Amino acid sequence: MDFELGPNVIAYRDQVRRIIAAHHTPDAVRRQHESGTFNNPALNRALAAEGLIERAVPGLGAGDPIELWVLFNELEKAGAPLDALAVAVMISGVINHVGSEAQKAEVIPAVTSGEALICMGYSEPDVGSDLASLTTRAVRDGDEWVINGAKMWTTMAHEARWVILLARTDPTLPRHKGLTMFFIPMDTPGIRVDPVHTMATERTNATFYDDVRVGDDCVLGEVNGGWNVMSVALSFERGVMGGTSPGVPLLTHTAEWARKSGRISEASVREKLARVVVDNQVAALLAQRSAWIAAAGGLPGLEGSMTKVFATEAYQKASRWFQEMAGAEGLLQLQQPGAAADGWIEYDARHSPVTTIYGGTTEINKNNIAERHLGLPRARL
Amino acid sequence: MELGFSSDQRDLFDAFEQFFSRESAPAVVRAAEPLGFDVDLWRKLDAMEVWGSGASVADLAVIAETAGRWIAPVPFIEHAVASPVLAAAGLVSADIATIAVRPADADGVWQLVPAGAVADVVIGLDGTDFVAVRSDPPMAGPRNHASAPLADRTARNGERTVLGSAADFEASLARWKVLTAAALGGIASMGLELALRYVNERRQFGVPIGSFQAVQHGLADLPGSIDGGRLLTHKAAATLDAGSFGGCDVDNNDIDDPMALASMAVLFAGEVATHATDRSLHFHGGYGFAEEYDIQLYYRRARGWSLILGEPAREYLALADRLWPAGSAVG
Repeated sequence: MDFELGPNVIAYRDQVRRIIAAHHTPDAVRRQHESGTFNNPALNRALAAEGLIERAVPGLGAGDPIELWVLFNELEKAGAPLDALAVAVMISGVINHVGSEAQKAEVIPAVTSGEALICMGYSEPDVGSDLASLTTRAVRDGDEWVINGAKMWTTMAHEARWVILLARTDPTLPRHKGLTMFFIPMDTPGIRVDPVHTMATERTNATFYDDVRVGDDCVLGEVNGGWNVMSVALSFERGVMGGTSPGVPLLTHTAEWARKSGRISEASVREKLARVVVDNQVAALLAQRSAWIAAAGGLPGLEGSMTKVFATEAYQKASRWFQEMAGAEGLLQLQQPGAAADGWIEYDARHSPVTTIYGGTTEINKNNIAERHLGLPRARL
Repeated sequence: MELGFSSDQRDLFDAFEQFFSRESAPAVVRAAEPLGFDVDLWRKLDAMEVWGSGASVADLAVIAETAGRWIAPVPFIEHAVASPVLAAAGLVSADIATIAVRPADADGVWQLVPAGAVADVVIGLDGTDFVAVRSDPPMAGPRNHASAPLADRTARNGERTVLGSAADFEASLARWKVLTAAALGGIASMGLELALRYVNERRQFGVPIGSFQAVQHGLADLPGSIDGGRLLTHKAAATLDAGSFGGCDVDNNDIDDPMALASMAVLFAGEVATHATDRSLHFHGGYGFAEEYDIQLYYRRARGWSLILGEPAREYLALADRLWPAGSAVG
């Protein structure tokens, strides 16, 4: 095996690192935690200004496909906010793949310039893992579609320019087949955004669609072909756009705390730190493998599932170890005097639980692996 | 970048998978217990001339994985590590050479040497000297969990040659760790395959037990760990083969130091093999506990082969010493 990155990818990585170092500042982090909006527009724009976002968009950029993984891996390792940008890049890739010429012309430059974000309207208040049961409806009315329903976890909806929204267009068809993907400006009349505040400071949203009228220009891909469009999106995302190295910034913060506090001389502390280094390295190699498969034109769906299950469970384990290791100081939050690792240990203890839930739960990923990789019979629940 | 086996390595894997499946079937493994050595299998393997000085650690790791998959009762790894050291030192070759993975004690005894029961030459550390000692193998050793041919060996008596320094020993030990990691990965992957075979066959409540989600989820996290272990093992092998000793940038998760990677690989592979065989045995139900079923052979070797090196916590601390050298605490 050959784990070396090519010289162009290394140059790209170094460029990304330099921009992160310049724009992922303590001030930006503070603003992020005060506002609950986990996005850094200055960072996005700086990446865009050097063409680094454009290069990473799947199927579009002139860059090595490995760069998609490099970009989000570097952001994640640095603890920089990446989910908003990841969604925008992924959906740009989908639009590049299945969108109309008009959609491509409008959306892709807006995203690759770092100016526009996109939010995802998949889950609903009563529909999560069983997405094909969704109830948001889009009904034909003359030349228009009339959309009614509600979406949950539409993170960044309060700042995004568009929502990519999965809705049922033909209730007479089998569940997966009667769905259509829409791509709608967020300023369309009838859309309401309500904040949902989370344990980990980050704000997400519930969005409501009340007689939202759009034309066929807002259909993305084929009518009743929404499930396929979503599969394209998932194939781009799985395992290469973040969620694979959350343990790295946690380890960086904790090791620094251990050095400054002197705790690094304790054997129990050193053993735990070393264990997390191993898990972080394995997670990174699994993610790199997904990127390698994707770069060769493959669809690393199952490999991505394996990566996500491993990386997120390892992250939760590390987070618990480190908080226990820090004791009472591990309870103190960011900005609090005396907080272990300046409060990052406490922050990760609040953030880690969501990682085995969003972007495909551990259970759904294990179902996929069991059936499609291990070849076990369809599960009896 | 290539994060899978090359086509040559796939051919190598297939060839040795075929060899061991034929020559190291479970009946052969059982017959070799408790000593854990089959001289006929050893002769056949030796005849395949895999010890050539040009063999890369990566290629040897491919073979070691197949040896692990068939828990072959031969000291493939030990001989692959120790015999090139003898050749490089201009010493007479050994029928079986091995490496004492822990330093000799104060009395000059290497305790529980892997393949110590059967090897005629042992290389290892005695004080600060890296030495080779030729002496008669006892051809017997203490009965142990893994039915591994472990035995205490002398570092002082017999025909003794100084090979080099502790650093030279560490380089050999790193190769042993990487190949052992590969073999443990083979144990894990066969442990999973045995589980899959059983849960597809075994029916309860009118259906294969492999259709129960509780069983599926108990197995579904294994392939990721097994694949991750193989990647880590081969990254360690690649850095050893490259001979360019990279460093460790923990903050960026860039670990390129072959010594650190070798420790990481053997530690991780030991955990994965232990975990995978534990799950597999459990899903075999009572039969997993019965000698008649093969999974118990794997369960015992997963623990045995990983503990030969010593307590994992100590190896984690040695890894920590490489990553955060002593005295790295600051104000």
